[in-house]
Amino acid sequence: MQPIIQIRGLEKTYASGFQALKGVDLDIRRGEIFALLGPNGAGKTTLISIVCGIVRATAGSVTVDGHDIMRDWRAARSLIGLVPQELTTESFESVWATVSFSRGLFGKPPDPAVIERILKDLSLWDKKDTKVMALSGGMKRRVLIAKALSHEPRVLFLDEPTAGVDVELRRGMWEMIGRLRDSGVTIILTTHYIEEAEEMADSIGVISGGRIILVEEKAALMEKLGKRLLTLQLLNPLDAIPPEFAGYPLTLSADGRELVYSFDTQGERTGIAGLLRKLGDHGINYTNLRTEESSLEEIFVSLVKERA
Amino acid sequence: MNLHAIKAIYIFELARTWRTLFQSIAGPVISTSLYFIVFGAAIGGRFASVEGVSYGAFLVPGLVMMSVLTESVSNASFGIYMPRYSGTIYELLSAPVSAFETVIGYVGAAATKSVILGTLILLTARLFVDFSIAHPFWMVAFLVMTSVTFSLLGFILGIWADGWEKLQIVPMLIVTPLAFLGGSFYSISMLPPFWQKVTLFNPVVYLVSGFRWSFYGAADVPVALSLVMVALMMAICLAVVWWIFRTGYKLKN
Repeated sequence: MQPIIQIRGLEKTYASGFQALKGVDLDIRRGEIFALLGPNGAGKTTLISIVCGIVRATAGSVTVDGHDIMRDWRAARSLIGLVPQELTTESFESVWATVSFSRGLFGKPPDPAVIERILKDLSLWDKKDTKVMALSGGMKRRVLIAKALSHEPRVLFLDEPTAGVDVELRRGMWEMIGRLRDSGVTIILTTHYIEEAEEMADSIGVISGGRIILVEEKAALMEKLGKRLLTLQLLNPLDAIPPEFAGYPLTLSADGRELVYSFDTQGERTGIAGLLRKLGDHGINYTNLRTEESSLEEIFVSLVKERA
Repeated sequence: MNLHAIKAIYIFELARTWRTLFQSIAGPVISTSLYFIVFGAAIGGRFASVEGVSYGAFLVPGLVMMSVLTESVSNASFGIYMPRYSGTIYELLSAPVSAFETVIGYVGAAATKSVILGTLILLTARLFVDFSIAHPFWMVAFLVMTSVTFSLLGFILGIWADGWEKLQIVPMLIVTPLAFLGGSFYSISMLPPFWQKVTLFNPVVYLVSGFRWSFYGAADVPVALSLVMVALMMAICLAVVWWIFRTGYKLKN
């Protein structure tokens, strides 16, 4: 199936001379949650802004569901909802008025039932007549999401949706984003919180220095780049790793009670069996062992460092 | 044509007027009433009639024009500057709305407000002086065209300004002087010959003259010339607006 968003050779140089994007190619599949990860200033917001029509590209092309964003901008934009990073809301309008305004702006006839459903989904219904400026930060964020959803878009861009949102609300937002995906909306989110991408995304793209350095399905990414750790709890604490084990990637905890062995999940042989046998041979007994995978955060940091 | 968007912008902008009703409508109406009391009743009594009408009645079209000019500029500039200032303009820029539709929405709302304001000032003036309208059709036409033209000017100002100060300074330094010197309070023929020539460079002269003609049938400049000037100003403003959206000036990076 044709990707819902196709980006080819996208470049952006700002008037200041700063090159925010240096040739980005990216396909986003229909109906997935795509997380765009990257450090500050990597080009995340620039990329989103170009697709949404807020920033002009210097070179390259973007299509949304087959519609070119320049030639066929009306059709392309009608499909997109954008939740910006900053809490930029009207101040004096009621929640109802500002969300209804957004629907009209995107060319849809008024439909109170749709607005009602969106506001209820976002737990804003009892605030519908409240002026936006009287709302808390978390509620304003939800108002922005409601505005972006008001015209029932097929693609939703969330630029750091949970920045400055408390833990409980973040959970709620993740659930809501999950429900949206289930209803067939493609979701592209940028985030600093690796946790967020790990929790929700189907695919992950990493952008750094204006280039996409990796796009992968989350599971595959975790597997491919993940390191596993085997931790052994020792019966008798060690002072140091015995010299016979010098060739193994082992570390000893400060109290000498835990021995940590790291291995690559991709390797044909993990070497665990050999290690355990050798430990037994040397009389090092353990009471417990556990393995863990490295988190996406660790993968991400190592990736960006590698490129830097 | 995204008619829903035009309607959404238009209603949204008029709602802003409604919210700030006192400041938007009552302010200019009260200040115009004060002009009538001071110039029309207190000082005007000492003047003989101007061009065949009492000074109080002579003032009416000029005062209406003056309020309509300044309010159009300030309303339209505020309407588009506000979303730029607060950042909510992102939504407009990402919406399937053309430049033309945006302008109809914003300028249409600002002009509507000005026409309502002008009508209210006329009604208020009726309480102070007796006047007649010789050419009602042209009166409305001049009112509407002026409202639209100066709302366009305000729209341009609102996009150009990058601070509240700039937003205030253009009306204060340019629009208000032009309006005061545009013959609102006097007939050009009362000026010395040299200044009669200079004043013809002031576009407001043509507006006030044409508008006054629609009331009393007498004008400082030929009414056709007034019409041409309004049309010309409107065309210039439209061209600038078109250029703004084409280049994304101050709107898009």
